Amino acid sequence: MNDPFHRAIHRPTRRLMLAGLAASALLATPLPALAFSGDDARGLIEKVIADIQKIIDSGKSDAAKLKDFERIFERYGDVPVIGQLVLGADGRSASAAQKRAFAEAFKIYISHKYGRRFREFIGGHIEIGKVRKVKRFYEVTTTTVFKGQAPFEVIYVVSEKSRKFIDMKIEGISLIKSERAEIGAMLDKRGGNLDRLIADLRKM
Amino acid sequence: MTLSQQIRFAAALLALALVSACAGANRPPPEGINDPNEVANRKVHEFNKAFDSAFFGPASNAYGKGVPAPVRARVQDFAANISLPSLIVNQLLQARLDDAGHNFSRLLLNTTLGIGGLFDVASDVGLEERTTDFGETLHVWGLGEGNYVVMPFFGPSTSRDAVGTVVDFFTNPLTYTLPGGRRYVPTAAGIVARFGDRYTYASTIDDLMYNSEDPYTTMRLFYLDSRRYELSGGESGDDLYDIYEEAYE
Repeated sequence: MNDPFHRAIHRPTRRLMLAGLAASALLATPLPALAFSGDDARGLIEKVIADIQKIIDSGKSDAAKLKDFERIFERYGDVPVIGQLVLGADGRSASAAQKRAFAEAFKIYISHKYGRRFREFIGGHIEIGKVRKVKRFYEVTTTTVFKGQAPFEVIYVVSEKSRKFIDMKIEGISLIKSERAEIGAMLDKRGGNLDRLIADLRKM
Repeated sequence: MTLSQQIRFAAALLALALVSACAGANRPPPEGINDPNEVANRKVHEFNKAFDSAFFGPASNAYGKGVPAPVRARVQDFAANISLPSLIVNQLLQARLDDAGHNFSRLLLNTTLGIGGLFDVASDVGLEERTTDFGETLHVWGLGEGNYVVMPFFGPSTSRDAVGTVVDFFTNPLTYTLPGGRRYVPTAAGIVARFGDRYTYASTIDDLMYNSEDPYTTMRLFYLDSRRYELSGGESGDDLYDIYEEAYE
C-alpha cells in the first residue's frame, strides 16, 4: 500500500470520494433558510394590495368578489395561525380537527365581512408606506386615499416565521383583537359549542 | 378683560402649553380596559341606541336621501372649515405649531378660494385637515385617559376625552366673535354635518351598533384602540404582540 504507484492511482479517487461525500452531506443537511427581510414583507403586501385592487376593479358579481377575497386570505394569510389567535384560550380544549375546521370557517367569515368593506374602496387607491420590525414581526403600513375623505391607515402584520400576514390593523383596531372578542361572544351565545359556531360561521 | 389683558392671558397659556407639552406626548399608549362604571355606561349605551334607532338614524337617512350628494358635500366642507379655528387653538395649546400653521393655511385658502369654506380646495393642494380636540390637548399636557365613559348622544369616550368634548364647545373663537345670531353657525353646521356622517358611514355604524354580538364591548374596544393609536401617533400597545407570540409558543 505504500508504494508510490499505488498512492498515485488512489489519491485522486480518494479525493473524488471525499468530495462526493461532502457534496452528499451538503445536500442532506437542509439549507439554512434565507432570512425574511423587511423588503420581503413589503413585497408580500404589495401583492396583497395588487390583488385587492384587481378584485375591486374586476367588475365581477359581489359573490365572485367575495370568493376572490377568500383566495387572498388563503394565499397570503397564515390561516391556521389567524384561527388559533382568534380562538385564543377558547381553543385550548379543541381537537386538532376542530382547530383546522375553525380556521377554515373563520377564513370564509372574515373574508366576506372585510370583503364587503373593501367593496366600498371603489375609486380609492392604496399606497405602501413604512415597514417596521417589532419582535418577530413586520408591520407594513398602507394608506388608503379616497377623494374628499381623510386618508386612513391599514397596517398589515407579517410573521417572519410563516412569511404570511397574521393581522390587519385599521386605524389602530386589530382584526385579531376585535374578532377574538366577537368570536368569544358568539361562542358564549352557543353555550361554548365550537362545532355549532364553525357551522354558523360558514354561513355568515 | 381688556384687549391687552386678553393677549397677556393668551401668551401665558401658550407658555404653559409649551412647558407642559413636553410632559405628555410620546408616552407608550395605555393598555387594557378600565371600565369601573360599566353598569351605568351600558344604560347610557342603550339610551344612545334607542335615540339612534328612533331618531338619529332615520333622520340622517332622510337627510341623505332628500339632499343631493353635492349639496351635502358643501355642508360637510363648510362645517369642517368653520370648525378649523377650534383645531388651531388646540394645536397652539399643544405647542404643535406646524399643525396649527398647516390648518391656518387651510383656513385661509378655503375661506377665500373655497368661497367661505363651501369647497375644500386646500385638500387638493396637500393641505388636508389635521384633526385634534381638547381631549388631545389634555393628553399632550400629561393627563391620562381615566375611565371609559359612554356619553349621552356623543357615545364612547373616556373621563379625559369627555371633559375635552365639553370644553370644545368653547374653543372656537368664532362663537364669541361673530356678530349676533351668527355665533351659533359653527355649532349648527357641526350638528348638520353629524347627520351627513351618520348617512355616509351608515353601513359601518349599523354593523357596529346593531349587527355585532355585543355592541357595547365592540364599541368600547374600537374606541379605546383607535383613540390610543391616534394620540400615540400610530403606535399600538405591546399587548397585541403578546397575543401574536402566543401562536409561536
